[in-house]
Amino acid sequence: MVEIRFHGRGGQGAVTSAEILALAVIEEGRYAQAFPAFGAERRGAPVLAFTRISDEPIKIRIGIYEPDIVVVLDPTLLKSVPVFSGLKDNGLAVINTNKGAEEIRKIEGAKGTLVLVDATKIALEELGVPITNVVMLGALLKGKPELAKMELVEKFIAERFPKLAEQEIKAFRRAYEEARVEG
Amino acid sequence: MKRVGIEVSIAIAEAAALAEVEVVSAYPITPQTHIVEHLAELVANGELNAEFITVESEHTAMSAALGASLAGARAFTSTSSQGLALMNEIVYITSSMRAPVVMALANRSLSAPISIWNDHSDVMNERDTGWISIFANNGQEAYDLTFMAFKIGEHPNVLLPVMINFDGFILTHVIEPVWMFDKEEVKDFLPPYEHPYKLDVDRPTSHGPVGLPDIYTEAKKQQEEAIRNSRKIIDAVWDEFAERFGRRYRAVEEYYADDAEIVLLTQGSVTEAAQVVVDEMRKRGKKWGVVELRLWRPFPFEDLKKVLCNNNIKCVVVLDRAISFGGQLGIVMSEVRSALYHEKNKPMVVGVTAGLGGRDIRFDEYVKMYEIGEKCLKEEKEPDKVIIVGLRE
Amino acid sequence: MRLKERPKWQELLPGCVIDEPGNSVNYKTGDWKTLKPVVDKQKCIRCGTCWIFCPEYAYEEDEYGYFNPNYDYCKGCGICAVECPARCIRMEREEE
Repeated sequence: MVEIRFHGRGGQGAVTSAEILALAVIEEGRYAQAFPAFGAERRGAPVLAFTRISDEPIKIRIGIYEPDIVVVLDPTLLKSVPVFSGLKDNGLAVINTNKGAEEIRKIEGAKGTLVLVDATKIALEELGVPITNVVMLGALLKGKPELAKMELVEKFIAERFPKLAEQEIKAFRRAYEEARVEG
Repeated sequence: MKRVGIEVSIAIAEAAALAEVEVVSAYPITPQTHIVEHLAELVANGELNAEFITVESEHTAMSAALGASLAGARAFTSTSSQGLALMNEIVYITSSMRAPVVMALANRSLSAPISIWNDHSDVMNERDTGWISIFANNGQEAYDLTFMAFKIGEHPNVLLPVMINFDGFILTHVIEPVWMFDKEEVKDFLPPYEHPYKLDVDRPTSHGPVGLPDIYTEAKKQQEEAIRNSRKIIDAVWDEFAERFGRRYRAVEEYYADDAEIVLLTQGSVTEAAQVVVDEMRKRGKKWGVVELRLWRPFPFEDLKKVLCNNNIKCVVVLDRAISFGGQLGIVMSEVRSALYHEKNKPMVVGVTAGLGGRDIRFDEYVKMYEIGEKCLKEEKEPDKVIIVGLRE
Repeated sequence: MRLKERPKWQELLPGCVIDEPGNSVNYKTGDWKTLKPVVDKQKCIRCGTCWIFCPEYAYEEDEYGYFNPNYDYCKGCGICAVECPARCIRMEREEE
C-alpha cells in the first residue's frame, strides 16, 4: 500500500488532487481511497488531503501519519507546516518550489527523494491562476510513474474541469516534463 | 453492476434514488450534507421523480417523512448528531405509528463541546426509539444496506422505520470503489411500497389516536413484537440479496472468532481496522479475532451467544464509541454482558471506549485494547467500568 | 367496560390505526351531563349560533331550519345557552 499526504491551502484543491489520483487508480480496477482531513473548510488555511493506493481492498481509514509520499502544493507551507513529518526515510517529497534541492534539504526534517517543480509558474502561465492541484499530479507521477496511468489521470482531470480540460491537461503534462527528481 | 470510484455520501444518495424514493425530507447538517445535496440535485435535474421537501428543521424533516410514509409514499431522510437529537420526538412516533421511513444516519458526536466529528453518541441516544438499526462499515455496505432498508422496513409483516448507520467523515467523505447497480438489475428486488392502512380518501383511516391507559400497554407490546419479528424478514432480505448479487450480510459478523482467545466487538468502520490489526498480530502469534455487531436493533441475542460462547473465546473486549454517563459507561458493553448473563461458558466481557469526537484510533491503540483483555484474563477480573483508551491523564 | 374485555395486543391494528372512519359516533357522551339545553322554538330565530358554537357538534338542523340538540352527544356544557342571541336556550336539570 502506498500512502500519500497532500499539503495545501484551503481553495488550492489539495482534496481534488487526492481525489483525481484515487479515481484514476480505481478505474484501473485497483483499490484507492481519497479523503480530506476533516474540519471546517477555510480558504487559505493549511489543509491536508490523503490518498491510499493498494492492490487489495483498503481497510484502514485513519489519517496518514507516516506517508510514503508527501505532496506540497504551496511553497509558503514549507515555512509554517512540518510537511516532512513522519515521511518514511526512503519516501518521496513532491514540492512546488522555484528553489533548488540544496535549499530544500536545509529545511528541518527534510528527507527522502525530492521531486521539485515550479508549479505556481506553470499554473499561472497555463491557467492564469495559482491553483496547483492538477499541476502537482504531473510532478507526482514523474517521481512515481507506477502510481497511476497518465491517460486515466487525464480522463478524470477532464471530467473534473470540463471547461478547462485542455489547459489543465497541458499544465499537467508540462509539470511531468519539467519536474526534477533529485535523489 | 459497475465498479466506480465515488464519494460514499453520493453512493448512499444513489441507493435511495435506486429505490426510487418518492419523498425526500431533510435538513442539511455536517457530515450528512452531501447526501441530501445530491438527492436535491437529482430531483432538480429530473433524474429522480420525487418530492424534495426543504424543511426548516430536522423536527419537521422527520414529521414530513412520517406523513409522507403514511400517505403511501416511499420516504427517505438523512441526518446526523444534533439533527437526530432534534428529531427525537418524531423518531419515536414514526416507529410507533409503523411508518417505514428509511434514514441514513451519518454518525457524529453530540455537543457540547461542539464536535462535528465521528462517534456513535447520536445513535446510542436513540437506542430505544423502536427503529431497526444497522451498521455499515464501508462504502459498499452503506450503499447496499440503504437500498435493502426499504425492502425490510416496508415488508407488510414489518412496517417499521430503518436507520442505517455509517461513520461521519470517516465514511461519508471518502472516495472509494463501490459496485453500483443499474436500475434494470434490481427492478424486481424491491416491490412497490404498499402500506396496508395508508391515508386514502377512498378507504379512510385514522392515524395517531389517543391511547388511553387501557390500550397503551397493548400498543407497546404489539410494537415490541413487531421489531422482534422483523428479524426473520431482515435475514430473508439479506439472504435474497446474497443469492442474487453475491454480497452477504449477517446480524453478527465474525473474523477469526472460531479460532480466537480474545475478540474485539465492534460496530461501524472500526471493524475493518481491527481486522488489519488481527492479521498483523496473528503473524506474531496472537490468537485474536473481531466480532461485529452489525444489527443493533433488533438485538441479535442468539447469534451473539453462538459466536461468543464457542468455548475458545475467553474474553470479549467491547469497543463502545459513546458513553453512558453515570452508568457502566459502555452501552454496547452492558448489553453484551447482559445478553450472555445466563450462558454457562460465557467469556469475560471487558469494556473499552475510544475514537470519541472524531479522534483517530491508531494501530497501537487497538493492540492496547486486546492487551487490556489479556490483562483482565490473567488477573481473572472483569472490570465493572469501561476503560478509556488514549485518554490523557 | 372492564379492562380484560378490551382488545388484546394481537387484535390492535399496526400503530393503533383506526380503519373504521367516523366510529366516534359509537361513543355516546350524552350521559355525562347534569344540565341539558332546551330550545324554546317560539323565541328561536333559526340563526344557527348554537350549531356553530357547540364543541361537540351535537346540534342538528331539522327540515324546518330549527337547530335541535342531540342528547346522545350533548355534554351539557351550556355554551349554546350563553351564546344564543335570542336567549331561547335554557339549561334544565337532566334528572327532572
